[in-house]
Amino acid sequence: MADRNKQELHSAAGIDRRGLLKCLTWAGTGVVWSLSGGVPRTIGLIGSAAAAATAPSELTFVQISDNHIGFHLPPNPDPTATLGEAIAKIKAMPAQPAFIVHTGDISHLSKPEQWDTAEQVIKGANKQVFYIPGEHDVADAGNGKAYLERFGKNTQGKGWYSFDMAGVHFMALINVFDFQPGFKSAGLAKLGDDQLEWLEKDVAGRSSSTPIVVLAHLPLWTIYEQWGWGTADAGQALGYLKRFGSVTVLNGHIHQIIQKVEGNVTFHTADSTAFPQPAPGTAPAPGPMKQVQAGDLRKYLGIRTVDYVRSKGAPALTDNSLAG
Amino acid sequence: MRYIDTVRPNRRWAGLTLGGLGLAGLLAAVIPAIGPNTAAAVAAAAHTATIQIDNFAFTPQNLTVTAGTVVMWKNADDSPHRIADVNGAYNSSALDTEDSYSHTFATPGVYKYICSIHPYMKGEITVKPAAAGS
Repeated sequence: MADRNKQELHSAAGIDRRGLLKCLTWAGTGVVWSLSGGVPRTIGLIGSAAAAATAPSELTFVQISDNHIGFHLPPNPDPTATLGEAIAKIKAMPAQPAFIVHTGDISHLSKPEQWDTAEQVIKGANKQVFYIPGEHDVADAGNGKAYLERFGKNTQGKGWYSFDMAGVHFMALINVFDFQPGFKSAGLAKLGDDQLEWLEKDVAGRSSSTPIVVLAHLPLWTIYEQWGWGTADAGQALGYLKRFGSVTVLNGHIHQIIQKVEGNVTFHTADSTAFPQPAPGTAPAPGPMKQVQAGDLRKYLGIRTVDYVRSKGAPALTDNSLAG
Repeated sequence: MRYIDTVRPNRRWAGLTLGGLGLAGLLAAVIPAIGPNTAAAVAAAAHTATIQIDNFAFTPQNLTVTAGTVVMWKNADDSPHRIADVNGAYNSSALDTEDSYSHTFATPGVYKYICSIHPYMKGEITVKPAAAGS
């Protein structure tokens, strides 16, 4: 795609939400900033994205996240419409993705009608969709029962599963059930022992050259502990994946793109299709950025395309905002 | 321990609460004629306390009530929140803006809770025995 040629490894954008991130202490080497300026943001990365642009991809898929159907307040009273725009973007892709991965918060309040609406819109892309829940999807009175009954078929434990596509091994992890009690810590998410045990077994027999994609709603590294943006036992999971040559972690939850590289593991949070949230620590609370004007909203929303070229091992990621 | 839970997915509960308060008010008006013991019992039964949720925080964060108090959490935030006892004794469903959830604390003790959507949000309710004679 032409967009990939616009890749920027460091944002030259002025003072914006993402620019502010540069001030934060965890912004060590290896973090790759996205460009935010109203044009489609592109983050080519990991391996040679330029090479990927000229070679046919062996696997292309799309990540969408945080639709929050049911949200009804500023800055986006109609997240169904913006989800529709995201799906229209997918349909218009010249190289059609093989499938869609959804990294959670399909609904805002775990209501069946909100999932109905989301699925109805997403169905428009005519693709297989691999879902995981966000914490907003397991917020029913039954502690996630409604989500698991609807989306949890053929999954393990509290909804985790794995699958293989074009030689890439995908692991859909769940870190929205088992929070560390907020009294002992800042309240980070947990994968939990059962899931970690499953994960270890799931990858045990696999060749280290198998590219791995990990899906999880909350980030698998601690982005901002004060807001609970992290997973307490992620280190153990990543330990089991250490030997693999290419591990790509795709998260949602924080409604903005933050990326990090650690050895063979690359971490990427994704934009929402509903509303942006503030950069870590730049607001008193992580709620929706309600001050965003209607005309600017779509610059903060987006979808992500992931392209694998087998010879390169690691994928090229392209983030496109809904404004483009 | 016995808990009386009322989850309010819509606004119906507000009417019930007001109705309950109205009844309490009515009873309070006739209490002098009934006697002090009955009066204390009615007061305890009708005791309510409200915790506001705004800006990702519970106010008051630490609340002390007497046994039998109905505690109502009201979400005034633009994000949904969900009340969950850390020991799993009770939980609400997700509360949208302006939704509320009530739980009756029947037994003295210290009860910690979090918002399970944003688990760094925490609060504590201390339930003291109801006054002697009630």
